[in-house]
Amino acid sequence: MMAAIILVCSVVFLLQFFVSYSRSLIAASIKHPLSAEVQDVTGIKDSASGEDFDRVVQLLHLCPDRPEDRNGIQAIGAYFGLLGFLRASVARLVPSLLAWTETERGQCTYFAAVTLERRIAFSRDMFAQQLES
Amino acid sequence: MVCALKKGAFRRYLLLNLYMACLLCVELGRYISVSEYGLKSTQFQYFYFYSDAILTIFLYFALCTLYSHVFSEMKAERYVKLGALLLLAGTALFTYAVVQQSSAKLVTHFVVELSQNLYFVGVVLTYVLWGAILKLRETRTRLIQLVLSLGLYFSFLAANYAVRNLYPSLHTVFIPLVQICGIFLPLAWAYAFWRLPEEARLVPARLAVIPR
Repeated sequence: MMAAIILVCSVVFLLQFFVSYSRSLIAASIKHPLSAEVQDVTGIKDSASGEDFDRVVQLLHLCPDRPEDRNGIQAIGAYFGLLGFLRASVARLVPSLLAWTETERGQCTYFAAVTLERRIAFSRDMFAQQLES
Repeated sequence: MVCALKKGAFRRYLLLNLYMACLLCVELGRYISVSEYGLKSTQFQYFYFYSDAILTIFLYFALCTLYSHVFSEMKAERYVKLGALLLLAGTALFTYAVVQQSSAKLVTHFVVELSQNLYFVGVVLTYVLWGAILKLRETRTRLIQLVLSLGLYFSFLAANYAVRNLYPSLHTVFIPLVQICGIFLPLAWAYAFWRLPEEARLVPARLAVIPR
């Protein structure tokens, strides 16, 4: 009985922490303006759409991996999945939730685009260092 | 730890960094123990659970330092320390009372139970801290991310222990899951130290599941 209560409480807290943590990652990157180059590559101009997330993540995988970014992009990927699940289930019944999930999915895409920009800059630095040496 | 050192945040978050150093030593010890005696050996099991208990107590105190950061303006450090010690003592007493009734290997079971109970106490304390952050409108992005990632880690481990108690046959699935999850906290903290400057700010009310 005790273990069941702990399990339920922990799962509820886990979900709350997960959503807040993912949103804090997004909030920290949302003010970062995208360069014209990344805007061209991703097709994101003013606001991003959730539909573009997979495409941006695919582009992200083409760049050399950075350990400090890996955790963030995995967390946002999981958050995006959770939003997709909400969108396909509960949000069908609650229209305001549908609009909210759409906004959040768009912000996930923007986060991925910002990470892409950082990886491109990192690759450029590495390339420049190789040329120098 | 390296990220915190490079960004000049080592002393500011001293206990968090010491926990990471301790974690590294324990993981090395576990690796040596498992390669020396094997995964199912008694030596490894003892080392695993005793070191886990020490790490949990360390992480509990690391959480208390995060409390001190959030309540720094109120000069409540003394009360936080006192409260943390009392709660730790209370948890230890409760664990002893539970274990004493039903166990032959008292010390070992006490250590395992204490660790499990502290994970749950850690979840609740982190949740209370998160509530305080929202209430006090704390805006330091790095601190917020450190707290939230710690909350995620604690709640995952508490849930994991609860599942293992409810369904002991599933331990083969959930023990490796703990190892995978164990990577999360160092990476999340590395991200917070490396990517986020100390002066970065955000509005925490926007992060809550139910917007305030």
